[in-house]
Amino acid sequence: MRSKLCGATLAAVLIATSACGSGFDDNGSGTSQSSSGPADLKIMIASSGDAETKAVRDATAQWATSSGNKAEVIPAQDIVQQLGQALAGSTPPDVFYVDAARFADYASVGALEPYAQDMQGVDAFLPNLRQSFTYEGKVYCVPKDTSTLALQINTDLWTKAGLTDADIPTTWDQLRSTSEKIKAKGITPLAIGDTRDRIGAFLVQAGGYWVSADGKQATGDTPPNVEALTYVQSLLKDGLAKYPKALDAGWAGEAFGKGKAAMAIEGNWIKGALSADFPTIKYTVKELPAGPKGKGTLSFTQCWGVAAKSKFKQQAVAFVQAMTTADQQLSFSKSFGVMPSRQDAQATYQQQNPDDAAFVAGAQYAQGPVNAPKMDSVLADLDAGLQGLQNGRPATVLQRFDKNAKTALGG
Amino acid sequence: MFSRKGIRGNEQPAGWLFVAPAVLILGLFMLLPILMALWVSLTRWNGQGSPFTGDVPFAGLDNYTRLFTDEGLARQDFMTSIRNNAYYVFFVVPIQTVLALGLALIVNNRLLKGKGFFRTAFYFPSVTSSVAISVVFLFMFANGGAINAILAVFGIEGPQWFSDPRGLLHIVLSKFGVSSPSPLVDHGVFGLSWWDWLSGPSVAMCAIISLVVWTTSGTFMVMFLAALQNVPVQLEEAGRIDGANRWQLLRHVILPQLRPTTFLVVTLGLIGTWQVFDQIYVMSQGNPAKTTLTPAFLSYRTAFRDFDYGSGAAISFVLFLIIVLLTLLQRRITRERDS
Repeated sequence: MRSKLCGATLAAVLIATSACGSGFDDNGSGTSQSSSGPADLKIMIASSGDAETKAVRDATAQWATSSGNKAEVIPAQDIVQQLGQALAGSTPPDVFYVDAARFADYASVGALEPYAQDMQGVDAFLPNLRQSFTYEGKVYCVPKDTSTLALQINTDLWTKAGLTDADIPTTWDQLRSTSEKIKAKGITPLAIGDTRDRIGAFLVQAGGYWVSADGKQATGDTPPNVEALTYVQSLLKDGLAKYPKALDAGWAGEAFGKGKAAMAIEGNWIKGALSADFPTIKYTVKELPAGPKGKGTLSFTQCWGVAAKSKFKQQAVAFVQAMTTADQQLSFSKSFGVMPSRQDAQATYQQQNPDDAAFVAGAQYAQGPVNAPKMDSVLADLDAGLQGLQNGRPATVLQRFDKNAKTALGG
Repeated sequence: MFSRKGIRGNEQPAGWLFVAPAVLILGLFMLLPILMALWVSLTRWNGQGSPFTGDVPFAGLDNYTRLFTDEGLARQDFMTSIRNNAYYVFFVVPIQTVLALGLALIVNNRLLKGKGFFRTAFYFPSVTSSVAISVVFLFMFANGGAINAILAVFGIEGPQWFSDPRGLLHIVLSKFGVSSPSPLVDHGVFGLSWWDWLSGPSVAMCAIISLVVWTTSGTFMVMFLAALQNVPVQLEEAGRIDGANRWQLLRHVILPQLRPTTFLVVTLGLIGTWQVFDQIYVMSQGNPAKTTLTPAFLSYRTAFRDFDYGSGAAISFVLFLIIVLLTLLQRRITRERDS
């Protein structure tokens, strides 16, 4: 009797399994497209704050009424996780933000529709940003905006250290000599984040980078990269540069805002953060000092991704086009301070924001994030190495990265 | 085996009927997801669509063997996380058990005034949200935070808690002039050198250890307290008449009475500490230099950041096995003492 009941229970569980399994199923491989008629778009954004959410909501509502569609903006708490769940359940939002650093992961698993490949006017976007959203020769999506790294200088500490505008460093050697002067006055010269997203800029200035341009090969242990890391290490060792945690700050911008460092290397976002948290600080923004191979900086960007499984691809692309016109980009930059990703909008942006000249200039020669799938844990491991750079060997850090990256890229 | 007929013969179907709702709910929300996860751990599912279709590549035991035999980042990360968590368990479980017992003894003391106050005070951390406590501890252990300020009063320069990846054992050994001895550095097992295995918990991990000890010992204190109140007063009095001093009374009269509770507390402690996640997620995300990486957090990161759901699920199943094995081992050890 007992075994019979157990059998019955097991059967019930199995039935439940199959019932549940069907809930997961995608209905065939081809998603039915409703190209005509009003669409009901879901747009998931990783908002930088209330200002962005409101601006995107307003623009979306405007598009919805003028085009006769419905559109809903969903601000995500943790977009990577929420998207992961939505994609697993085959019900992704139609349009969503994709960070350049995560782009290849989504593209490689087929989550993204390569709509930008045939989109009209795609050439208007900055070439290096387009490159960030290219996977296996196809442009998948268009960047919504961009930010670049630049050098922030605290003008009060600058004068306190007896420096003038003539001391603003434009080369590695000048950065070192100026920093030594600042340090002599008992001020920490430079705050720099302990991650590839900051230190990588020095690699670009030395003429190297973590991976090859096509993102297929690891190029960590090369002379330019070793030179760059050795230079950064020497700054750290001599106390000329410090990681934010050593300055009791979560990131370099906080250390800079608190006046704990005379210079910081951060991106456009530092503007909003400083005016919100440290409104009294006086500072200027300059381009990063040039290295042996000239100027170099890093760019960060997100694109408007369209889900491959969306039912309303056509309308989704129309929506993205409306969100990325030059006028709309300038309106967004006014509302929440981002830099346009279109070449034709950049000139106007610079006129409107003369203080951002260094960021705008950087956008021309910036290097995008590592654009290859399955690299997240490898890059996290690289960051761990960079955190210990002060006492480590640059070549060891780079060799370790190469070894791990080869496995990830080759596999 | 026996089908006993008679007045109670029909009880079994009725029994099953009564537990059916519980069995159904447990089956649907616990057993079934576990089985599904087990299947995912055997595949290379990339998170697109259903993992239960024929299109998902079957990986067999690859996800598991990668954690143990293949040289690479996956194994290194996993072994690092095991090492970190082992040190974490090694410190948290004994300390929190002893502390909980001590607090319970204090609160149980008949001469103590304001028992209710102390009981509440000791239990308070346990009922507070672990995220809130983690954030407060982040402030306390900041470089210019309360802990370092107190240390400074005694003339000690506190470490940069959450950015210090040095292992405790490494620090102690370096005081005796031992740093990176080559026989230990050059050899190792599972992708980590012996020297790495012997690092001890990092300074950052120590901060998390102290937090967890502080929050959980209240819960376990309540368990010990309940057990203490069940120890008959006569036993204690008999012991005193036999001339036992306070230590002997504790060691030979009270502790044996508390054995089932101690077993419970240690078991719960072992299980809970191997699964540590929220403190890591809030406070360190595995940093600095991966010294606070734990299997539970690694599993989450592998699945949701790298889209490698198979490996992520495999890690959690290995963790499950570790917990089961350790609990069995612990049961065996405590049982042997009985005989």
